[in-house]
Amino acid sequence: MSHDAKHAAESHHPTGNQYLKIAILLTVITAIEVWAYYIPTLVASPLFNPALIIMSALKFVIVVMFYMHLKFDSKLFRVLFTGSMIVALATGTALMFLFGKLSL
Amino acid sequence: MASHAAAAPHGAQGAHGADAGHDDGHEHHHYTTTGLDNRKIAIWAFIGSECMLFASLISTYLIYKGKSLVGPFPHTEYINEAGKVFKPILDIPVTSASTFVLLMSSFAMVLALQAVQLKGTPIAATAGWWERIQRSSQFWLAATAFLGAVFLGFQAYEFTSFVHEGLTIKTNLFGSTFFTLTGFHGAHVTVGVLWLMTLLWIDRTRGLGPKDELIVDICALYWHFVDVVWIVIFTLVYLIA
Repeated sequence: MSHDAKHAAESHHPTGNQYLKIAILLTVITAIEVWAYYIPTLVASPLFNPALIIMSALKFVIVVMFYMHLKFDSKLFRVLFTGSMIVALATGTALMFLFGKLSL
Repeated sequence: MASHAAAAPHGAQGAHGADAGHDDGHEHHHYTTTGLDNRKIAIWAFIGSECMLFASLISTYLIYKGKSLVGPFPHTEYINEAGKVFKPILDIPVTSASTFVLLMSSFAMVLALQAVQLKGTPIAATAGWWERIQRSSQFWLAATAFLGAVFLGFQAYEFTSFVHEGLTIKTNLFGSTFFTLTGFHGAHVTVGVLWLMTLLWIDRTRGLGPKDELIVDICALYWHFVDVVWIVIFTLVYLIA
């Protein structure tokens, strides 16, 4: 086992090569998003916006879990971040309903 | 420093309150009931508060989306009373390039942190250039700061071209919410670049090592947060019409 891999195993963090694979994955997802933007039939589809939001959320989660090490870190940090995210999303959703952008 | 961070989570402290990366006796921190370094808890709490700030800015943008009475508009053409035609103002190819640059800066940042963590550990004589370059914290810190500066250059170009095409913060609701949202994000990137350059200066003068892991980690968390905010902005503002 190389020293880098040994260190990663000890601290439970990805290795440099795993970080590289994550960067490639993020780039590929971004490329798919931009490619889809230029296909009129895809843009006209009702699934276009949800698909973009899912891909964006996927990139968000990958960066937070692996680059910000939330997957490997203390649960307290996870609580601090996800708690804030829930409040932020709830506030945003409430504002959208309040100003008529969303309705039941 | 042989036992540096062994199996302890980032920012965790030892039983005597010493930072996990500071067991050489030079620097000790107060005991905390959580067993975690207060500075790391503080940066996560700060990031949490920043989530709420950007959620409010993004919500405001979405609420006013499509409600501008006059152009230029982000995704559609606009012809004013004088018959002047304004093309859709968002430049997706340029913004896609700047998004790629910011994603790569996050990649450089994780390698900078890893290089600091591994500083001083032996490297195999047979190691290739990729293994060797991974050990250079100065290279990765400089790369991250450079990519951040390139992103700011893209944003300056975008803002300038928008103003030349007739869109300012006062033109319409789109201009007001767009410049406020992306301007706040750009200000965060600027702070991040200055922070990175400070770390780079420290690395060049006295050298950053495993005992400095936490201060680099805190900067990295801030930088990655700036990246994830842009991931959301890129989709909601630029790609969804």
